[in-house]
Amino acid sequence: MKTNDVILQTMTKVIFFIIILFSIHIFFAGHYAPGGGFVGGLLTSSGIVLLLLAFDLKTVSSMLPINYTVMVAIGLLIALGTAAGSIFFNVPFFTHVYDYFTLPLLGKQSLHTAALFDAGVYLVVVGVTMTIIQSIGEDE
Amino acid sequence: MSFVYLIFIPMLAALLIPFLFKKLSGIHTGWFVLIVPVVLFGIYTTLLPKVQEGESITSSFEWIPSLDISFISYIDGLSLLFSLLITGIGALVVLYSIFYLDKTREQLHNFYVYLMLFMTAMLGVVQSDHIISLYFFWELTSISSFLLIGYWYKRDRSRFGALKSMMITVFGGLMMLGGFLLLSLMGDTYSIRELIAQAPELANHEWFVWSLVLVLLGAFTKSAQFPFYIWLPDAMEAPTPVSAYLHSATMVKAGIYLVARLTPLYASSEWWIWLVTGIGLLTLFWGSFFALKQTDLKGILAFSTVSQLGLIMSLLGAGAIAFHTGIDRENSIFKYAAFAAIFHLVNHATFKGSLFMVAGIVDHETGTRDIRKLGGLMSLMPISFTIALIGSFSMAGLPPFNGFLSKEMFLSGILSIHEFNLFAFDTWGIPLLVVAWVASVFTFVYSFYFVFRTFTGKHKPDLLPKEAHEAPLGMLISPTILGLLVVAIFFIPNLIGDTLVKPAVLAVQPFLYTSTNDIDIHIAAWHGLESPELWMTVGIVALGLLLYLTLSKWQPLYGKFPQGFSLNRLYDSVMDLSETGTNRFSNLYMTGYMRSYLVYMFTGIIILTISTVFIKDAFDISFATLAPIRFYELIIALVLVAGTVTILVAKSRLTSIIALGAVGYSVALFFVIFNAPDLALTQLVIETVSVALFLLAFYHLPKLNRHENRMKFRLGNALVAFGVGVTVTIVALSAHSQKLVRSISSYYEKTVYTEAGGGNIVNVILVDYRGFDTLFEIAVLSIASLGIIGMIKLRLTKKKEVNRIENE
Repeated sequence: MKTNDVILQTMTKVIFFIIILFSIHIFFAGHYAPGGGFVGGLLTSSGIVLLLLAFDLKTVSSMLPINYTVMVAIGLLIALGTAAGSIFFNVPFFTHVYDYFTLPLLGKQSLHTAALFDAGVYLVVVGVTMTIIQSIGEDE
Repeated sequence: MSFVYLIFIPMLAALLIPFLFKKLSGIHTGWFVLIVPVVLFGIYTTLLPKVQEGESITSSFEWIPSLDISFISYIDGLSLLFSLLITGIGALVVLYSIFYLDKTREQLHNFYVYLMLFMTAMLGVVQSDHIISLYFFWELTSISSFLLIGYWYKRDRSRFGALKSMMITVFGGLMMLGGFLLLSLMGDTYSIRELIAQAPELANHEWFVWSLVLVLLGAFTKSAQFPFYIWLPDAMEAPTPVSAYLHSATMVKAGIYLVARLTPLYASSEWWIWLVTGIGLLTLFWGSFFALKQTDLKGILAFSTVSQLGLIMSLLGAGAIAFHTGIDRENSIFKYAAFAAIFHLVNHATFKGSLFMVAGIVDHETGTRDIRKLGGLMSLMPISFTIALIGSFSMAGLPPFNGFLSKEMFLSGILSIHEFNLFAFDTWGIPLLVVAWVASVFTFVYSFYFVFRTFTGKHKPDLLPKEAHEAPLGMLISPTILGLLVVAIFFIPNLIGDTLVKPAVLAVQPFLYTSTNDIDIHIAAWHGLESPELWMTVGIVALGLLLYLTLSKWQPLYGKFPQGFSLNRLYDSVMDLSETGTNRFSNLYMTGYMRSYLVYMFTGIIILTISTVFIKDAFDISFATLAPIRFYELIIALVLVAGTVTILVAKSRLTSIIALGAVGYSVALFFVIFNAPDLALTQLVIETVSVALFLLAFYHLPKLNRHENRMKFRLGNALVAFGVGVTVTIVALSAHSQKLVRSISSYYEKTVYTEAGGGNIVNVILVDYRGFDTLFEIAVLSIASLGIIGMIKLRLTKKKEVNRIENE
């Protein structure tokens, strides 16, 4: 019983990228403006959920062949690694560092280890949400 | 060189073992492992001359400096003796295991990893001066013992034995931790040496006896003393090298070590002397008496180990008496007791180690350990027989073997107890002596029973699963070395006495001696015709021979003992009761319905919050500082309420889901109005994703008609719902009406840019200020997703479940 959802599918092809780009923006903006890894991750997953609604599970997993469980593990490792990395520099666990750099094209930017930690959060959130949705969706 | 790091070498070596096993599977992994104990043994031997002069070697590194917890390796005579035993017997056992465990069929990587883990743990126990790290290593020995007993984990008995030993020794370990904590509170230090230095003051403390009893519980469970010994016979399910190593030579002696180490601290106490001597003698008798009931070779050895541990324990108890004998210290016979204990400990390790290895050989080459099926192996396995004969005669206390020497010293130690006219020992000394003597007779009988029933008599080849033949040469090396030691120690006892035993005695009885030269004990085999020890030995041999020859007449008497009241039965019923009891208790409240759990949680929230507000007298509701309610806020609130009511009364699930979404979006709107863009953003996205999730799950919900299953009004649930609403409102209003503590937001405002290098406080809190919370939250999320995979993807159908149970 597949209904004709041409409109949804056509729209999704455009909106999906907008959502993803926006989620990346929000992720990077997080340290100075509203956003961050958690919201960014949720937005990304909502983009993928939109894909799931418009197409079916099989099509989506052939488009995005991602093992979300592994993604969770990688995210957790990145977060833990960032936190634990500081102990190698003889500072307490979870000490963040940041500095300002002048990068080509982007100009003066601050680079912060917190962003790395946030990337871990981002991956975990996407991974967990998609793992849950996928396993429930695949279940017959 | 820092000796504290040596403790960890086996554990680090264990990291390599799986790779060696995988990559170099052509060579038996044991050969690589063998290097570790041999090298460590060599290093520890070089310390002997230094320690012999009464010196000690201390090294340490900090583990958790903020809690004052560190690893301190303190090597004195006692520690060094044990370290040498651990590495020395360890090397022999590894060598033996190379031939005992087949490299193609056995999971050697598991075996050697556990064994190395144990070695580190045991070295840690005997060298730690810090009681917390001592406890840490102590429990690690229990865990590695658990793993090794359960090595053949497919066997029911192995798993049972592993669990039993774990339950009992970890119980004791926890008791011991309690004793240690009391000690550290009393003495305000974690260091054993510092505690011992304060012994006189501590003895008057009201907690002193409590800590003593708790610490002894730890020592008694580990060293298999009555009534905790029941785990040791079941631990015999472990591979024989493990039994020889952990369950006779080293781990079970951890309790002995602890008692010896703490003797200077507790010797002043009457409780200590009575408990250690009394329980020791009781165990000695009990173990030797019931050894004769056993028909399994390793079972006999297990009970014999229990009994010998009791012997050493009782000697240590008698050794503590020396603390009280006052001026007469020079001639005090009790100084012999501690010496005899340590000496017998060394002897026991040699002869019992060799006997275990022989039992393993018999098992390996005939396929059975049942003494009723064995017999007449003497001509088939001459070398094994010789070793077994040496070991058994030594255990029985016959010359010319080392057991004779320490048995004589034991008898003189116990003989002299009734001369001690304190704590009622002058009246009770004679019964103790009788118990010790009778136990020695039984020791003699079971030693003979072990060796002659196996190796002499009629050979019964049809009862044996395999055709019996002598073991391969490699398997005989280790027991032969131990057997040679048994004989050698008899002829040159004072070499061992001076190099190993005396420095250890110095650590046990520092109140008697200041250096090893003060210990004027000379071991001699011959004490003259008029010495009572000699005649006691003669009596033991005479009565023992008589009892052994008539064994078949009276052995069936063991069957007459009531089976229902045994300690093993007690353990089983305690385990059963705790399992069914906890099950029944959990089933009382674990209904399997989400609504029950929600009621528990919400009731908890109401009670905790309201009672806290009451107790702290925090009711303070003033509307003075509140902003007026704006029109559109009212509208959103109404939408929110309408949405909630719709969820409850809607006739189709789809409507409920959409109404739920509406509620979520209205909350997000509130966040927007109250200037919380981060929250609003998150709420919006979460709402979207969760509505999608609901729609997905919607497909899978059973197709129930809401009409038929109309929700009934439940007063209890309504009250809880109402209560939660009231609670939250009260807390919100009270919190807003009074500012008891200054708001933390100004701190964030000040530091967010300068120290954290960010602009958005909310996100900086998440990743930096309270990064720990986030780290654990994402960990929880990950676990939740794994749980969902487990629930949905790995869900067992009924059929699969049945299959699985049948396979086990």
